[in-house]
Amino acid sequence: MAEQIALEVTRFSPERDKVPSIQAFDVPLRKEWVVLDALNYVKDRVDGSLSFRWSCRMGVCGSCGMMVNGEPKLTCATFLTDYAPGPVRVEPLKNFPVMRDLIVEITDFLGKLSKVKPWIIRAKEKPLSEGEYLQTPDELDTYRQFSMCINCLLCYAACPVYGLDPLFAGPAALALAQRYNMDSRDEGKSERLDILSQHDGIWGCTFVGECTEVCPKHVDPAGAIQQYKLTATQEWIRSLLMPWGGKR
Amino acid sequence: MTKRSNEPLLWLLFSVGGVVAALLIPVHLFLFGLAFPLGWLNAPSYDALLALARGPAGRVYLLVFCILPLFHWAHRFRYTLYDGLQIKHLNELVNTFCYGGAIVGAIVATYLVVHIP
Amino acid sequence: MTTYTEYPPKGYRVRISTYWWLGRWAYLKFILRELSSVLVAWFVIETLLQVNALIGGPGAYQDFQGFLRNPVVIALNIISFFFILFHAITWFNLAPKAMAIRLGGKRVPAILIALPNYAAWLVASVIVAWLVLRG
Repeated sequence: MAEQIALEVTRFSPERDKVPSIQAFDVPLRKEWVVLDALNYVKDRVDGSLSFRWSCRMGVCGSCGMMVNGEPKLTCATFLTDYAPGPVRVEPLKNFPVMRDLIVEITDFLGKLSKVKPWIIRAKEKPLSEGEYLQTPDELDTYRQFSMCINCLLCYAACPVYGLDPLFAGPAALALAQRYNMDSRDEGKSERLDILSQHDGIWGCTFVGECTEVCPKHVDPAGAIQQYKLTATQEWIRSLLMPWGGKR
Repeated sequence: MTKRSNEPLLWLLFSVGGVVAALLIPVHLFLFGLAFPLGWLNAPSYDALLALARGPAGRVYLLVFCILPLFHWAHRFRYTLYDGLQIKHLNELVNTFCYGGAIVGAIVATYLVVHIP
Repeated sequence: MTTYTEYPPKGYRVRISTYWWLGRWAYLKFILRELSSVLVAWFVIETLLQVNALIGGPGAYQDFQGFLRNPVVIALNIISFFFILFHAITWFNLAPKAMAIRLGGKRVPAILIALPNYAAWLVASVIVAWLVLRG
């Protein structure tokens, strides 16, 4: 196996640069190394100013999402040897503003996430004295897949609609909305629908499907959104035929 | 409660139109667009085709066949123009062209179907 | 109370190219799938022209058959046929995603929802062909 592999990294210092540029480093090509190891090697031994986010290094925190050779990947789960002989191009996550080097501004996503109210909404909170909520394994199964989201934002990088339409809520936020809608303990379906049935909520989605392809936790946000479209349409028909029905 | 948009209606039309297009257009296109003009199969006579079209079932079928896929096109093409050409700021124009076009097509289809002798 | 100035700066935005859909095979497939709707509309127009010719009488209908034999129209119809097939196949394969049907606590596999769609397609096509071809 070759000793080294070329790592091409985006560099951008907002106080100095007008546009990002690419800088190349030679890093050891170790069998067990992932792209994150290569980035940390550069930061430790070559250029301490290289900036990037990472945390758990095992694919559960969602911090280390970046574009590796044009594909959105978790750098802690992407092996260097898969790209031999290289070079490996590491760029900041697509469709987000670049703050510095490989770090992107995710405030927009955080705003959209809180907009969908990703928590259990109850008309009236159950008092502690009444005991715990009971949920069967089958009830858990209906939303379990959507609860696996680690907010890594790879789906946002893959979604062309999110890149083109700043108002679109995006795959992860909608999948998480659906996760709570399908939760048997939740009573907030109607409240979330009011927010998301606006044109810029779910309807911007044209089912490209790339979000599901790149999701490292197999959440299938595209499926969640299509199910949500069907639910929203059923609700719309219901409100048309039975306007006196009231909030469900 | 904020006013809910009418997107669900448009999506419903798009979906039903897509089903009609997927189920029925292939065989129609194959027969009337390729097999008959190219002589692969014997085309039905004028009288036979007219008999099929003029019955009440035939007229309803033609209305469904022509109108719903047009609304499927309208919705899909609208979003393709938004995303493909990035002209979302012209959305008033795009919506008028797409849904207006479908409505015009629906009116033409209704007029024609009503006038089948 | 001092006003809070937002820091860090808003960040560098990469402008999305008009040709973004050429960047990935998946995006190109998506745009082609969406453009199939144009050919759907084209065939609806062709059908309306056909109905119009039926109304016009046997002579007008013969003229319309001539129009259909025009090589340009044939070529367009061949292209349309491939696009319509593409639409139908992607439609039936994707439709199960919107329907999370559960039976006995487990999610029905996608293929069990797609297969009845394909079957319906076959049945509908056979019925239409039989009605048209029996003369």
